[in-house]
Amino acid sequence: MTPRTRQRHWDWRAAGNFTAGGAGSGLIVTSALAAQAGAAFRLPLLTGALLIAGGLSLVWLEIGRPWRALNVFFHPATSWMTREGLLALLVLPLALAGAATGAPGLALAAGLAAAGFLFCQAQILRAARGIPAWRQPELVPAILAAGLAEGSGLYLLAAPAGRVWLLLALAAGLVRAGAWWRYQQALAGAPGAGASRAAFGGLSGRLAWAAQAFSLGLLALALASAPAALGAAGGVLAALAGAGLKTLLITRAGFTRAVVLPAFPVRGGGGHAHLGR
Amino acid sequence: MTRYVMVADLRRCVGCQTCTAACKEGNNTPPGVQWRRVLDLESGTYPEVRRVFLPTGCQHCDHPPCLEVCPSTATRQRADGIVTIDEDLCIGCGYCLMACPYEARALTAAPAFAFGATPTAAEAARRPVGIGVASKCDFCVGRIDAGRARGLTPGRDPEATPLCVNSCISGALRFGDLDDPHGPVAALLAEHQWFRLHEDQRTGPGFYYLWDAAPP
Repeated sequence: MTPRTRQRHWDWRAAGNFTAGGAGSGLIVTSALAAQAGAAFRLPLLTGALLIAGGLSLVWLEIGRPWRALNVFFHPATSWMTREGLLALLVLPLALAGAATGAPGLALAAGLAAAGFLFCQAQILRAARGIPAWRQPELVPAILAAGLAEGSGLYLLAAPAGRVWLLLALAAGLVRAGAWWRYQQALAGAPGAGASRAAFGGLSGRLAWAAQAFSLGLLALALASAPAALGAAGGVLAALAGAGLKTLLITRAGFTRAVVLPAFPVRGGGGHAHLGR
Repeated sequence: MTRYVMVADLRRCVGCQTCTAACKEGNNTPPGVQWRRVLDLESGTYPEVRRVFLPTGCQHCDHPPCLEVCPSTATRQRADGIVTIDEDLCIGCGYCLMACPYEARALTAAPAFAFGATPTAAEAARRPVGIGVASKCDFCVGRIDAGRARGLTPGRDPEATPLCVNSCISGALRFGDLDDPHGPVAALLAEHQWFRLHEDQRTGPGFYYLWDAAPP
């Protein structure tokens, strides 16, 4: 068996897209809900769009031929990266228009497109067959839950005293914790995922988990009538915890698939029958 | 139909890396980029150890994961099974590198040469590998097409055969049309036991490894 090597081509910039894009799309989804409920949504909608655009800009800085970036739209039939780009083209104008006009219908449309964008991000990783840790089916719900937890957490900056939004952020945070725990369990049972598990088990991984747990505690405290600022702090911490987990996932836990031979040859016994030209 | 495949006889490969050198020379790949690699694998514990040399590279899969994920359609599959990259379309996103289970692709960020910052005369004389785009083995598709245009048969006529196969000192590497029942590749696969890498990924690799004679 060959040693597994850590992929080196997707670095902090790619991780930044999954982090900012996930949080941004989650924030737009939350803003869409807020728009339907009559709560503040214009600034969060704008912030979500800026986060998504920021994440995509980071990817633009990473690709080898940035001036050909429009070629990314050429393969919607099977490429989740193309689909992500196309949905970004939908999300960004809808969110900006929703923020500019204050129309709840536009916010709702932006929220639906943002949910699709988030789904594409999860599927981008799922389609990476060369990286077993990203191929785990359990990663898809983990990425979706992370985006919602980060976005609903950031929304608390706009509405720190709203109990419904505190409850949403807490629930999304709990779902994220459960989804990531399930993902870690799946990694434990996956052949050859030891190095990826170790990446999550290191100091950075433990810090990200601690931040996640601490954010849940802050959100629960805020819900129990503690100062509203506590909720906002919990929300921001939830977003930071998600950023830590995704950065680890992309930059540290992405190990390649080793070559495993199903059979070893009997050396020197090579066939001669058809080797002459 | 035509389906070009590579066959590596693991009993014959001596790990000399001549195929690697021939590929580098012919395709002018920069330092650190090897389209045709030979892995040196060991297994077991002393004294029961085994060693095998495994020529590898792009497997030209029936269902290439790289093609599926490529957002620019730079990665394509020809009717004869050869998977190619259009350097003028590729954006260098690296997604295909993440999707390939065989680590067969490379992405060169900046020009690099064998001896320092300037190319040698030999390097300068040949077309360089694209910078900022993905690259990989293409079964020397230019030689195949040029040879076929002259009526030659890939896998039989050296002028129409991949450089690594031509250079192999032990006859371990073979190339040809899988669908030609009278060709060397089909016969080798019919008469010997073989496997392909990562069959669990259902990519249908076009790279076969012979490891023993078929049981009587």
